[in-house]
Amino acid sequence: MVIGGAGLVCGAALAFAARFLAVHEDPRIEKVLDILPGANCGGCAYAGCADYARAIVVDNAPINLCAPGGQEVIDRLAAFLGVASQTRERNVAIVLCGGDDEHAGRKFDYNGIADCAAAHAVAGGDKQCVFGCLGYGTCARVCPVGAIEITPQRIARVHPDVCIGCGACVDACPRHLIRLVPAERRIHVLCSSKDKGPRVKEVCTVGCIGCTRCTRLAENEAIRMDGALAVVDYSKDLESEAVIEKCPTRCIVKR
Amino acid sequence: MVPRLFHARPRGVHPDDRKALSAAMPVETLPLPSILRVSMAQHLGAPATPVVKKGEAVRRGQRIGAASGFISAHVHAPTSGTVKAVQDAPTLSGPPAPAVDIEPDGEDAWTDLQPCPAWRNTPAAALVERIAEAGVVGMGGAGFPTHVKLQPPPEKHIDTLIINGAECEPYLTADYRLMLEDPQRIWTGACIIAHVLGVERVRIAIEDNKPDAIAAMAGVVREFKGDAAVVSLETLYPQGAEKQQIRALLGREVPSGGLPMDVGALVENVATACAVHDAVLTGQPLIERIVTVTGTPVQRPKNVRARIGTCFNDLAGFCGGLKGAAKLIAGGPMMGLAQPSLDGAVTKTASGVLALASEECTAFESLPCIGCGRCIAACPAGLVPAELSLYLEAEDYEAAAACHVMDCIECGCCAYVCPARRPMVQHMRRGKAWAAARSRSR
Repeated sequence: MVIGGAGLVCGAALAFAARFLAVHEDPRIEKVLDILPGANCGGCAYAGCADYARAIVVDNAPINLCAPGGQEVIDRLAAFLGVASQTRERNVAIVLCGGDDEHAGRKFDYNGIADCAAAHAVAGGDKQCVFGCLGYGTCARVCPVGAIEITPQRIARVHPDVCIGCGACVDACPRHLIRLVPAERRIHVLCSSKDKGPRVKEVCTVGCIGCTRCTRLAENEAIRMDGALAVVDYSKDLESEAVIEKCPTRCIVKR
Repeated sequence: MVPRLFHARPRGVHPDDRKALSAAMPVETLPLPSILRVSMAQHLGAPATPVVKKGEAVRRGQRIGAASGFISAHVHAPTSGTVKAVQDAPTLSGPPAPAVDIEPDGEDAWTDLQPCPAWRNTPAAALVERIAEAGVVGMGGAGFPTHVKLQPPPEKHIDTLIINGAECEPYLTADYRLMLEDPQRIWTGACIIAHVLGVERVRIAIEDNKPDAIAAMAGVVREFKGDAAVVSLETLYPQGAEKQQIRALLGREVPSGGLPMDVGALVENVATACAVHDAVLTGQPLIERIVTVTGTPVQRPKNVRARIGTCFNDLAGFCGGLKGAAKLIAGGPMMGLAQPSLDGAVTKTASGVLALASEECTAFESLPCIGCGRCIAACPAGLVPAELSLYLEAEDYEAAAACHVMDCIECGCCAYVCPARRPMVQHMRRGKAWAAARSRSR
């Protein structure tokens, strides 16, 4: 009796609370959330899909921020919300280092935590090149879609067709080797070494030695020098494959 | 006061000390090498700023790096010569820091030194000034600037000065040789520190596996009138760590996140006391130290008086070279820093260069924690390394910080006893780096 009575009282209180203290949420948020892919990757810079859905409805956030959803989600969001559709440039990640164990040397045997940041903290990393990819897979572990592979020669490689461009790997890499670039740009300088040519040659056979040849061959000044390193300007068209042919260390590739 | 009965036994491990390799070797002075690479990051805190330029002539003892901040120390030229380069070079721990390369001219001409033999009549502040000017830092390993330690805030009362001659790290015999050969200098240095702090009680702590060092130090302390004594400590690694030593000697526990001064104690290494002696009595800055070059691949293990900036390669050559070395460590095997090559150079805190043969080091795979609890029994800081390593493996730094990862002293006891060969110290260092970065950003 007592327990039943207490239950009734509590039930009544709950019913009362549900009626008078209810939070009225815009029903469109739920619908927008259904349209979003639910990857919770954070690539839109919101704390997951639910937060982005709320921001779209409540704060009028741009609808073209979802990387995994791509153009399809943008179009569906535009139709549902009755706004003009926008376009989204698809970005993919690229690891700007080509020096795997076949081409770049290691200076000691690292026998510790299999994580790039941890390895980097031990005597500056086991790779001879202090700028190169360590290959312990920190980027691969943070990738929400498994787009990054650590090759048997221990270097990280992004599969551009799988990559959703969320940028999680960009922040995870302790050596800042990963960049987000427009997906249609295919030609890359796979080196991030700030060292001068002779030093690069000592530690890696596929590093940029700063010969500047590619900067003269590339159209639209799409490759510029940053010190002794050739850097692709991804805002400019670069189609000429001459830069690939003429690079003496073969560090320019098409992917 | 808690009765002695309830004091837990000090915790630690008993690694084979291997000191016999170099213990009997008297300190030899290394001839002037052809190049000296003096790092500006030889101490805890901000690296010094180079104050010389390429091509400049310097004299022995001249300041070449100026302290850049409160916790920082000056750096001096170890000999006279010409500055060959001022550039970034990898430090012993890895990340690059500015370094000054000096090519000696062979004359070894001193800059003007200001000796202060009448230190007993000199005010404490002036002595601290001299010690700071000489760039003296803790030479036991951490490299904390000594002048900062000697200026405790007025609300902290220090009643005991501990001179640390424990040298609990295996292989190393640099402090041991110093105590045998130069006890008077250590003792005078200790007296200067005690004078600066106004401390009455001085204890010299030495592990009981060095009876002749205990006898040598007791010989010089005997004439002292105040409350001074040489205390023999049970041989136990890491008894030379300052918090563990205070506990063993005074029964006081340094609180979590606190400093020895919080419990009225101050610990200085014997080599630091010696450097304080030189800084005050002769005005000589800290430009050389004793380095133990040891390990089975070293043809003639020695204790070498080497100038700061001496390349490890020159040290190895002086000791007959290395034969079949598979691993190089700056410092001892427990807390030392593994080196990728012999390119490193002696710093103020480099007490040893250790080479290990391939049969002495194993590459192993780290396995999951089996929960045996050996690391908990061994941890001298009273932490639970097993739990911490699980959190840190999962990169849950918040949880690790809540479990006091910052109190880890990185002594390596947990990794030493771990049957699963887990890289415990590396985990702890990551956790500490994260927690330190967080407290800086707050």
